[in-house]
Amino acid sequence: MPQSEAKAERRPSRSGGSRLAQLFSSSPKSKDTLTAQQALQAMHNQQQGIAPPTAPLPTISLSTATAGDVNSDELTTMLFQPPSADEARKRRRVEAQFGPLLSPRHLYVSAHRGGPLEAPVEDEPPYYFVLTTYISYLILIFCGHARDFFGKRFGNKKHYDSLKESNGYAPLNDDFDNFYVRRLKMRIDDCFARPTTGVPGRFITLIDRKSEDFNRSYKFTGTFTETLNMSSYNYLGFAQSEGPCADAVEECVRKYGLTSCSPRADSGTSDLALEVEREIAQFVGKPAAMVFSMGFVTNAGSFPALVSKGCLIISDELNHASIRIGARLSGAVIRSFKHNNMADLEKILREAIAQGQPRTHRPWRKILIAVEGLYSMEGTMVDLPGVIALKNKYKCSLYVDEAHSIGALGPRGRGVCDYFGVDPAEVEILMGTLTKSFGANGGYIAADKHIIDKLKSTNAATLLGEAPAPSVLMQISASLRIISGDLAPGQGEERLQRIAFNSRYLRLGLKRLGFIVAGHDDSPIIPIMLYHPAKISAFSHEMLKRKISVVVVGYPATPLISSRARFCVSSAHNKDDMDRLLAACDEVGDILQIKYSTGMAGGAEPLPAGVSPEMEKEWRRANGLEGIIKPPRWRLEDVIAAGEADAKKTLR
Amino acid sequence: MDLHDAQVQLTGWLHEAATAFHKVPGSAVLIRYIRSSYQNDPVRSALELILVVFFIRYLLAPSYSTSKQNFIKLTEDEIDELVDDWQPEPLVSPQTALEEAEAEKLPILVGPTGPKSKLANGRTVTNLASYNFFNLNANEQIKEKAIQTLRTYGVGPCGPPQFYGTQDVHMKTEADIAKFLGTEGCIVYAQAFSTISSVIPAFCKRGDIIVADRAVNYSIRRGLEVSRSNIKWYNHGDLDDLERVMRKVVQEQAKKKLTRRFIVTEALFEMTGDCNDLPRLVDLKEKYKFRIILDETWSFGVLGRSGRGLTEAQNVDPTQVDMIVGSLAGPLCAGGGFCAGPHDVVEHQRLSAASFTFSAALPAMLAMTASESLNVLQSNPEILLQLRENIRLLRAQLDPRSDWVICTSAPENPVMILVLKADVVNARRLTNEDQERLLQECVEESLANGVLITRLKGWPITANTGLKDGNFSVPPALKVCVTSGLSKKDVEKAGTTIRHAITKVMTKKTNNKLGLPSA
Repeated sequence: MPQSEAKAERRPSRSGGSRLAQLFSSSPKSKDTLTAQQALQAMHNQQQGIAPPTAPLPTISLSTATAGDVNSDELTTMLFQPPSADEARKRRRVEAQFGPLLSPRHLYVSAHRGGPLEAPVEDEPPYYFVLTTYISYLILIFCGHARDFFGKRFGNKKHYDSLKESNGYAPLNDDFDNFYVRRLKMRIDDCFARPTTGVPGRFITLIDRKSEDFNRSYKFTGTFTETLNMSSYNYLGFAQSEGPCADAVEECVRKYGLTSCSPRADSGTSDLALEVEREIAQFVGKPAAMVFSMGFVTNAGSFPALVSKGCLIISDELNHASIRIGARLSGAVIRSFKHNNMADLEKILREAIAQGQPRTHRPWRKILIAVEGLYSMEGTMVDLPGVIALKNKYKCSLYVDEAHSIGALGPRGRGVCDYFGVDPAEVEILMGTLTKSFGANGGYIAADKHIIDKLKSTNAATLLGEAPAPSVLMQISASLRIISGDLAPGQGEERLQRIAFNSRYLRLGLKRLGFIVAGHDDSPIIPIMLYHPAKISAFSHEMLKRKISVVVVGYPATPLISSRARFCVSSAHNKDDMDRLLAACDEVGDILQIKYSTGMAGGAEPLPAGVSPEMEKEWRRANGLEGIIKPPRWRLEDVIAAGEADAKKTLR
Repeated sequence: MDLHDAQVQLTGWLHEAATAFHKVPGSAVLIRYIRSSYQNDPVRSALELILVVFFIRYLLAPSYSTSKQNFIKLTEDEIDELVDDWQPEPLVSPQTALEEAEAEKLPILVGPTGPKSKLANGRTVTNLASYNFFNLNANEQIKEKAIQTLRTYGVGPCGPPQFYGTQDVHMKTEADIAKFLGTEGCIVYAQAFSTISSVIPAFCKRGDIIVADRAVNYSIRRGLEVSRSNIKWYNHGDLDDLERVMRKVVQEQAKKKLTRRFIVTEALFEMTGDCNDLPRLVDLKEKYKFRIILDETWSFGVLGRSGRGLTEAQNVDPTQVDMIVGSLAGPLCAGGGFCAGPHDVVEHQRLSAASFTFSAALPAMLAMTASESLNVLQSNPEILLQLRENIRLLRAQLDPRSDWVICTSAPENPVMILVLKADVVNARRLTNEDQERLLQECVEESLANGVLITRLKGWPITANTGLKDGNFSVPPALKVCVTSGLSKKDVEKAGTTIRHAITKVMTKKTNNKLGLPSA
């Protein structure tokens, strides 16, 4: 890990062109964008002297940027050869899927820098906002009931039929269960399930639609919008229709056809499947692995195969629905502990072992702790060293769901174990999805050989569910080989370091602009808090106006008041994309008043010259600044100017 | 003197307190209330006072949990000792002998799945173990379409359908399936196996009533289990029994609030291969006001003149079936599953079906393949006839001719379920394990002669005791999957090979010794 870091730093630095002007092409809020644009332009000019005037010239191609010591002369010739129209179009297409790296300084190695993992500081908005959020929901609920009351009596029958008994059938949807969907979600339904087309890479093309009946139905306008994609789980940028992965998949389709038409246990086991299993096992550092055709089922099917009646599952309260369903199907008793709270976990473990099974007090047959590597709504990482210490002390087994962390974390992209420098042998079951970082589909389980052998003969999803398609398997295999450097050497390492830099850069920038950002510093999932239900849709719309697609989530995926927007950072993004997002967030943050931060969670003003972070405490004492926290509200130019260097230091 | 001072001070305080009390809004009302209620009756006031005190005490009393009644308080040292003593079982138990043997003999295919597949040991065998009924896996037109899709969409959609994972390809596939089946709408899931397990709990909640066939497959069982509904069973294939159960349900529920009622069953049963009587089911459903969730996983693309499934085969209007669940991963050679039905049924699932909302969308190329396969099926209905001809040929080699097995599948089902004849089982007193072992030997013997077949995997159902279903036991069986990709000669030859393999295994001396009265 230190080696690769040193290597990254040794690379010759080159100036990257500012292509932000082009990216911010047509926005309806032209006045606002213009100011942001000018600000950015001014900043770049200031920083680099003269920015290249013509925007679409290619800067550095992915492959050359990583091939170790690049001859910079060669690069210059590349820069100034005017590409033909066809070439330019092709390049634009490739870059829309995977942005070029602008400077080798925009790299960072994702790893835990020692010490226990501290829980991220949770900032809270002023009470005014909390109160108005509750009031908003009360108004929504009241209006919903009022509309239901009158609607059922005088409204359009068509809309209420499914809630009433008809022809002797009970209503298909419970009025009460359905209320939230009809009266709250329907209002902002256009922010969800936006149809897309093409590759969900660096940019994503949305199919424009509009609704004339308050989101009951949509009409396509026939136009498309290319937006910056902050929404897909494309962590390592393998969502590509060009390049080594796609080539391998095409060849595979020609050779193997499209499916294996059978469960694994019948005739669905191909040489390809076994090869992929071997590669995954090697990648995560376990003796054996098995693949499934769906990530959800990997969890939902494996818990019943591992634990049963008389066993106990201790599960983090924020675990994904698939874990909860799997746990429920297993027949084991389920207890949950407070999110990432090791003291609570220990308390529950002690109590569980001491008390035994409920009522009978018989000892538990086995105890399985289930955690996720990276939590998709919070952006927090599991305290893996803490969990492992407890699991060893209390002789339990550990199940880590690396759905989001595999590929996205760790100096070699091997997930949380790699990030914390923990031996994968310490974790009994490593589960992960192949949908996210690898741009494929499905899930895997990696464990000791005897465990995998047994699971292969007892897991229903293997015995009866369809085997993964050969094309999907090939995508997994090709992306794994790229990450580990066997295919297109250098690319994998670049991808890993780009996502780490982008994540830290964006997180720091957002904190400095004054947003409440949740999660750990190295996490590529970056949620910012919106609170008010009305701001969920407003934020999504404002970002869409600026041609950025974001995921917004509210109740029930989050607690009632903490609605949020979530950015998923990718290796396919470059610093320009992050700056474009920061500029948009800056504007939208002012319009929607969502810069709530009090400063306790970071984003502090820079220290005066001569004061190092280690001396900060002393300096504060000397100047009587102890305990005084200023809410950070940096100017965009300052955020961008200071971000690149500061993102690599400890975030403050 | 001192006493007097104290009294004065006390009166002063009392007076102050009284004025302060009068200033409190509402105090006048309280005083009036106490005065009017006192009415020179101190006992009544005392009683009221006690009630007030009790009320306050009740409010302040610590809440107690009902679940911890059995809790035993232990000291920290005792807990440490218990922790030291506790020895958990290993995470998984060792493989059983049968499992080990099966894993060892698991066929590994090299290259594409087809009517003739190459195995890892270098031999090419006739593949009668894949659901590749029409050999669409080798269709160049479909492959080209998939590659085009790959070059436009990449492989994975990198997100769940609700968050930018819905691509135009998915919408097209959904529309195509709905049009093909003749339903209002359709929703495509990322995996066929888990589709119905999510569809059932999306509609059936606690308190609802489900009547299900005893022989339903594992996915349905899992759905029933998750739903937490009230589940009633009827004997497999016995619609009179179904009517009896339904009537009973209606009678029991007559006085209660109307709840949702469902019939959950399969079109072609995965475990027994036989076919359902849909017209009768629809009659019953209308009569007793139940909704039907029909699992067409094994019949979609197979039954009917053009492969539209059981509704087409038995001339039932598909709109009379509330939810039709099917697979795109079987004969269509794509991936994923679907649920077709009326518009509101489909839209409801987009938010409440767990494996749809919490999972990534189907890869675009597989969705496109499904559309294209339907297209091929619609434009070449003759491949269905070819398949049926092959089924007839193979069946003729096995069912009437074999002394040992009978086929429980419906005549047009390309998945032939072969079970040992009852008199053989009885005569040799074979337990289920014996039968499993014998059939596994048949599979191996058949493979040794160049025909790949497989066994019915009933283990998950047998092991899953979560549902009380009146002891349905999956009969051990062989599974032979017919494909239209083989010539008449090949089919007949394969049939003969399987029949001989079964005979050889069943007449082997060592196997014969098991049964005491030798046949």
